[in-house]
Amino acid sequence: MNSFWKLVTSSVGKKLVMGITGTVLFAFVVVHMIGNLQVFLGRDAINHYAEFLQTNAELLWPTRIILAVCVVLHIFTGASLTLENRSKRGVAYDVKKIVGASLVSRTMFISGSIILCFIVYHILHFTTGTTNPEFMALKDAHGRHDVYRIILAGFANPWAAGFYVLGVGLLGFHLSHGVRALCETLGLRLENYAACIDRTAIVVAWILFLGFASVPVAVVLQVVR
Amino acid sequence: MKITVRVWRQKKAQSAGRFVEYPVEGANPDMSFLEMLDVLNEGLVKKGEEPVHFDSDCREGICGTCSCVINGEAHGPESRVTTCQTYMRSFKDGDTITVEPFRAKAFPLIKDLVVDRTAFDRIIQAGGFISVNTGAAPEANSIPVPKHASDLSMDAAACIGCGACVASCKNASASLFVAAKIAHLNLLPHGKPEKDRRALAMIQAMDAEGFGGCSVTGSCEAVCPKGIPISFISRMNRDYMVAALKMRE
Amino acid sequence: MKLDAKIPSGPLAQKWTNYKNEIRLVSPANKRKYDIIVVGTGLAGASAAASLGELGYNVKAFCLQDSPRRAHSVAAQGGINAAKNYRNDGDSVHRLFYDTIKGGDFRAREANVHRLAEVSLNVIDQATAQGVPFAREYSGYLATRSFGGAQVSRTFYARGQTGQQLLLGAYQALMCQVSAGTVKIFPRHEMLELVLVNNHAKGIVVRDLISGKISTVTADAVVLATGGYSNAFYLSTSGVASNVTASWRAHRKGALFANPCFTQIHPTCIPVSGDYQSKLTLMSESLRNDGRVWVPKNAGDKRSPEQIPDSDRDYYLERIYPAYGNLVPRDIASRAAKRVCDEGRGVGPGGLGVFLDFRDAIKRLGEPVIRERYANLFDMYHEITIENAYKTPMRIYPAIHYAMGGLWVDYNLMSNLPGLFVIGEANFSDHGANRLGASALMQGLADGYFVLPYTIGDYLARNEVKRPAADVPEAKLAETETAARLNKLLSIRGKRTPVEFHKQLGRILWDNCGMAREEAGLKKAMQAIAALREEFWQNVIVPGSHADLNMALERAGRVADFLELGELLCLDALERRESCGCHLRTEFQTPEGECLRNDTDYAYVAAWEFTGAGKPPQLHKEPLVYEEAHMAQRSYK
Repeated sequence: MNSFWKLVTSSVGKKLVMGITGTVLFAFVVVHMIGNLQVFLGRDAINHYAEFLQTNAELLWPTRIILAVCVVLHIFTGASLTLENRSKRGVAYDVKKIVGASLVSRTMFISGSIILCFIVYHILHFTTGTTNPEFMALKDAHGRHDVYRIILAGFANPWAAGFYVLGVGLLGFHLSHGVRALCETLGLRLENYAACIDRTAIVVAWILFLGFASVPVAVVLQVVR
Repeated sequence: MKITVRVWRQKKAQSAGRFVEYPVEGANPDMSFLEMLDVLNEGLVKKGEEPVHFDSDCREGICGTCSCVINGEAHGPESRVTTCQTYMRSFKDGDTITVEPFRAKAFPLIKDLVVDRTAFDRIIQAGGFISVNTGAAPEANSIPVPKHASDLSMDAAACIGCGACVASCKNASASLFVAAKIAHLNLLPHGKPEKDRRALAMIQAMDAEGFGGCSVTGSCEAVCPKGIPISFISRMNRDYMVAALKMRE
Repeated sequence: MKLDAKIPSGPLAQKWTNYKNEIRLVSPANKRKYDIIVVGTGLAGASAAASLGELGYNVKAFCLQDSPRRAHSVAAQGGINAAKNYRNDGDSVHRLFYDTIKGGDFRAREANVHRLAEVSLNVIDQATAQGVPFAREYSGYLATRSFGGAQVSRTFYARGQTGQQLLLGAYQALMCQVSAGTVKIFPRHEMLELVLVNNHAKGIVVRDLISGKISTVTADAVVLATGGYSNAFYLSTSGVASNVTASWRAHRKGALFANPCFTQIHPTCIPVSGDYQSKLTLMSESLRNDGRVWVPKNAGDKRSPEQIPDSDRDYYLERIYPAYGNLVPRDIASRAAKRVCDEGRGVGPGGLGVFLDFRDAIKRLGEPVIRERYANLFDMYHEITIENAYKTPMRIYPAIHYAMGGLWVDYNLMSNLPGLFVIGEANFSDHGANRLGASALMQGLADGYFVLPYTIGDYLARNEVKRPAADVPEAKLAETETAARLNKLLSIRGKRTPVEFHKQLGRILWDNCGMAREEAGLKKAMQAIAALREEFWQNVIVPGSHADLNMALERAGRVADFLELGELLCLDALERRESCGCHLRTEFQTPEGECLRNDTDYAYVAAWEFTGAGKPPQLHKEPLVYEEAHMAQRSYK
């Protein structure tokens, strides 16, 4: 156990934790987006999907627990790495030109922290209904949780919709580097694939952003009514 | 050319340092950056002042001795060269050039621009070798090495151990240096028997020396005078993961 | 003094085998009782220190760089020779031996060279096993290329970084021993004196370059692997820190200095661009495999090289030496370049350059092939000259590159001072009057891996003088003298910097003792150097103190020793009234301007003994007897 602990807490070990948890969270985000896009299939489709998720507690809760663990590990390890890494320079440079390092790669901790705030609000907003208790009471004709109307109500306010677009924008930004970094960390970004992975990461990030942002935008533009 | 050099002067590791500005007359675009510092130093020595101390030896970009962060960039403004291969034609007449030492806690400062990079040697001591005694080697052609593996290994082995990757990384990480050495040896059939041990030990040594971790920003490969890509860091992570899973330390 | 080379008896090809069978050995249990000092961590030093560590000796390895990996062997580009005959092109140990002897113009010791050719095979095996990524064919087997002075393809290489890769191999072996606890390394330490006890070398005085602390380290034997003295010429292809101090200090303590005038001029360096230049950059000789050397036929042809048609070009190496063409040995190629420049046909600023043209090779093989072979060299050329050698020919000119001369050693690689071993470029033994390309790496590693570990054991097993304590009177005296010398340098407070003296010395040597030498010039140079040395000790200025890192002080100490060596270099060149290899006396040449050797009077090693400051050194001669090689006028035509 001792040696396992040592292996996990080395700088590379911690990156592996970041990479593995990042992969799980990334997969969740992809599934989440696919779920969201069902709003365009109509009220029945998305409400059915929501019911499917919520009535299978033996799937839902393990997933939630795994996700929660991953979020905690991802945040905790990320914070720990950031703090450690910040202390390694000693005396700062008087003149520092940034070479090769993209803005996103240098600001992962900041973008991650803001995304964390966004997620907290998002859960309070849509999952628990803490900010809007009236959402939880909405039911459709089949007596199902009316996710479709919750979405309409949630994004009725253009400011809220705008905030969501910003939030998922930041998520896309984070993932444009995150996907590349997790491939790097998990030992996949080898010589022949490196360039391809880097491009794919950016494309995937854009797809996620557009996929997520399309819902609030569609509501505001009344494409979805 | 008329150049002003704004250079970090620090007498000893323990003493306080500061920037000092020196005008350099008679610089010439075909001069190397270090030859320009030589000119400055000749003037200082003539006046009985101590020259600006900086490391250099081969002056052809292969020994890895020279260092310096020039105008905020390790090894100066040109890519894929060392400080000794940086020429004054990269600067403009009248420029003020700021010269700082490589900064990293794991590279303690010795004097002026001279830093202590022996941490790299200690990382190599942890496992950056193939333990073959003199005389124990088999006939060289008895183990064929696929050309692509040999070429890739050579790409990694091109590392000159200068430490620019550390100097440039926001985390002062030595990942590129360590990854290059692990890849150089792990890619060859001769290095396979010690593959796992090497990855684990060298990464442990890297952490112990006080280098940071990798954030995949890629600034190391951008300043690396030998253009060593960070895909080798990915390879290192893979080797580490495999070794860790085997749980054999 | 009678020089005994201690060459083993028996036929040449059997000498090394017989020797190994007969030497005394140190038992494993006793090895750890012996301390060995190795100074220098280039190919020879690192390989020796690692191998001795593996055997179980306590090794202390000193280098002045911040890491052993940075020793100047790192800069060797082209390759390393070995008589593997992988190409089936007729190579053999004997042929490598003969090529080396002939390349050295019959001024090397036969037995040493044959041993070198024999162990060249093991060197390649060892380096490969250490993970040196030599170039390979698609089959996975090792590739070779041809090099100057040989008609077979026996040069192994790792792109254009062979020296770096071989050094990393040796350095890694050394680091392995450091972690095993058998070797302790002392980077940023400079040897400033040799300690003799009962006339045996038993220690060194070193200065910790960071703290300035001067201390004595004693041991059972001292190995010098401190490289060559090319930097006496100021501009050379050596690293700026390369120096003769360790060898020279040993020489002053009684070690003989052999053949100092045998300094190699390398034909393919980038021409000097200005007087601020701090060093010269070599372009690997391997470029001559594909590049063709030429100058315009007519002096004063001002057209750009691409515009000069073949009919107006003089491919002079191919013209004069059709058998070897562009692959003639270095001395021949250098002199030919000097001759065409003297005729006013040189190219580039000052007319000191010749073209090395890849046009035909690119036409024949395509640019990608040339790029794969030489990309790093072409890049380096571009960085320095901002010229694209794929489009326009390179300009090259000869420069001082290597010192064949060095401390005299016997077959055991031991100097005339018992216990003092000298390996690699620092000794004189294997290259005669001219070294062939890709042979320096071979010799450094052969000495370190496969020769010294045997021969040093033989000395230690005799155990004639025990290792002294670090505070014996001899050590204390050496320490005091060293400190006094540093203090003297610091206290002169004159007007001229050490670098100015160094530049002036280099100028004198290059003008009078460079590619062509003659009596009057050498005599003049000796006087000039003596006067310069006198002035140095009156008028040098060295700021700072010796109690911390002081690079001006380091430089001053090295220049002081170069100023003494310089005079000996000229004296040796003066006394050798013949031309051989790199040593061309203008009085002794064939009508075509080739070397005119005088085997009757000069087939000997000139070993100089230091007789005291200001006194003329004494010449000792080791006659060179050739049993196998037939001494002949070299011909590469």
